Amino acid sequence: MNPLLSVRNLSVTFDVRRPGSWPWTPAMKLHAVSEVSFDLQPGECLGIVGESGSGKSTIARAIVGTIPSSGGNIFFEDHDLANMDTRQRRVHRRDVQMIFQDPLAALNPRMTVGEIIAEPLITHEPNTPRKEVKRRVGELMERVGLLPNLINRYPHEFSGGQCQRIGIARALILKPKLIICDEPVSALDVSVQAQVINLLMELQRDMGLSMIFIAHDLSVVKHISDRILVLYLGRVMETAEAHKLTTAPEHPYSQALISSVPIPDPVLERARHRPILEGELPSPLRPPSGCVFRTRCPKVQPDCADAKPALEDVGGRHFVACPYHEAQQVLVVNE
Amino acid sequence: MFPNRAAVEGVGDAAQLAEIKGRSLWADARTRFFRNKAAVVSLIMLGLIGAFALFGQFFAQYDKGFVDFSLIGSNANKGVPSIENGHYFGTDSNGRDLYARVVQGTGISLMVGIVGAMVAVIVGTLYGATAGYFGGRIDGAMMRIVDVLMSIPFMFVLILMLVIFGRSIFMLFLGIGLISWLDMARIARGQTLTIKNKEFVEVAVATGVRPIKIILRHIVPNLLGIVIVYATLLVPSMIIFESFISFLGLGVQEPNTSLGALINEGARTMQFGYYWQIAYPLFFFVVTIFAFFFVGDGLRDALDPKDR
Ligand SMILES: Nc1ncnc2c1ncn2[C@@H]1O[C@H](COP(=O)(O)OP(=O)(O)OP(=O)(O)O)[C@@H](O)[C@H]1O
Ligand code: SF4
Ligand SMILES: [Mg+2]
Repeated sequence: MNPLLSVRNLSVTFDVRRPGSWPWTPAMKLHAVSEVSFDLQPGECLGIVGESGSGKSTIARAIVGTIPSSGGNIFFEDHDLANMDTRQRRVHRRDVQMIFQDPLAALNPRMTVGEIIAEPLITHEPNTPRKEVKRRVGELMERVGLLPNLINRYPHEFSGGQCQRIGIARALILKPKLIICDEPVSALDVSVQAQVINLLMELQRDMGLSMIFIAHDLSVVKHISDRILVLYLGRVMETAEAHKLTTAPEHPYSQALISSVPIPDPVLERARHRPILEGELPSPLRPPSGCVFRTRCPKVQPDCADAKPALEDVGGRHFVACPYHEAQQVLVVNE
Repeated sequence: MFPNRAAVEGVGDAAQLAEIKGRSLWADARTRFFRNKAAVVSLIMLGLIGAFALFGQFFAQYDKGFVDFSLIGSNANKGVPSIENGHYFGTDSNGRDLYARVVQGTGISLMVGIVGAMVAVIVGTLYGATAGYFGGRIDGAMMRIVDVLMSIPFMFVLILMLVIFGRSIFMLFLGIGLISWLDMARIARGQTLTIKNKEFVEVAVATGVRPIKIILRHIVPNLLGIVIVYATLLVPSMIIFESFISFLGLGVQEPNTSLGALINEGARTMQFGYYWQIAYPLFFFVVTIFAFFFVGDGLRDALDPKDR
């Protein structure tokens, strides 16, 4: 089967200038994403985890096409995003939709809910009769758990969870093939988080959507994802099938991430082995030489500073970027 | 692990309920505005002054151009404001009915202010929003043009234009239109720079909405609050600007007049005891200016997101 989306060696760098520097001094290069590759099959859900600043949103934006990539290729249905013609780009804009972290900020405060949800439809099918637009908006509001009679309300009259449902309805109205959820629940209450995640899982199953689900916390991602990709400082550390990655991670960073998720049982919690991450995330302006994780790695070796470890296939589509990897059984959380 | 989403079930039954009207941010602002006494009183005053300018001439006993020769030479005692002879505001030094002249002057002054503000709102907002939205080189070029235009001493240029091309209302409007939008363009651009980084704009870009639609649908409505406030404050400064030019004798031409021109005439005869010739135009001038300032203040408080 051909993958729906295939990302090859994607790199994104931003030019940053120190405030007050001369206009002719060269800008510093911020490596937000470096050499990221993955495939996404139709109907599959890929989870991307990583700390704040690891480049998750940047990957999402590059796939959607709102920022240019500075290296590598993104193929959507075998078309290279970088050299699409106008018509293909329009199709791409329809087929890939995004859901954002801050639900209220993603909704224009001057538009009614109905107008917000209908905007993609009106943009791509401008000749749809008003009645039909309204009917489809109403249907979709019902589908995501909003009362259709709220269609004339404004975003500030809704709660965070409801706003996120509006965002979901907006993303779904064109029946896209891929939706990218950029930390869709991070800003929500825990109980509401669960509702929104369940809704997304249900919609994904019913509509056969492919999905990229971004979070900084593994416990959210593992329920919804088929595969998980662990990102650190813009680089892929490990990628594997979700169950394998959460139960038997091989990369020291993934192991640390998983053991940072607390277990509700105090006895188990005390008994478990816990590599604690120390120190700060290094600046993406000056990433460490060799393995980017070496400044915080509990298993660091002298030669880790020499070469960038390549992604190594350890069997069963499980890839690890660490020559000193070893399987470590971690206690399974909330299973 | 997750609780079941009970909220979604049973939604179908409720779908039949009537649609609920939303309260837009504009509606909220309106409520806040009407709680501000000074602003509401000023708004009423403005309404009355507007009505005076529009319909005042129907109550005038004399045409604005009619010269009452019977009064010439005895303006000081017969030209005083009186109800009986129909010169409610008295007569001017040429024996014309001052009431009719004040009606006309108020109308022209208001028009100058409103035209200036409208040019500012339409040209300035779209210009600033476009520059801010596209950013980069386009922004740089567009804003440098504004800087250059701003560095020209406009009062001087306008006076030159009026002297060279002759004094006419058209030249006056042209001059006012040329300067009024510059500040507005800067304000709109500054606001656009913050708005365009909001996520809802990114959502629209990602969906493929065209730039012109993004500017009109997402950027402009979100800057309208500040634009409206600035425009209401711009009206009085345009009126003052026109009055100043008229006071110099370069503004509107006879037989037309404006409040500034009337004040100018009144000031010349004030020393002979014809106090009414300056008092009435000055009264309308001051009340209009103050009312606009209070309404502008009220709007700013009502639309300011910090109070929310
Ligand atoms: N437009 C930009 N210009 C310059 N630097 C940027 C820009 N966008 C992102 N960055 C930088 O790129 C890096 C990755 O940012 P990104 O937003 O992708 O992180 P993230 O993983 O989504 O983090 P979070 O969990 O906080 O959302 C950060 O160091 C950030 O400062
Ligand atoms: S390569 Fe070295 S520093 Fe990097 S994760 Fe492996 S052990 Fe740690
Ligand atoms: Mg992010």
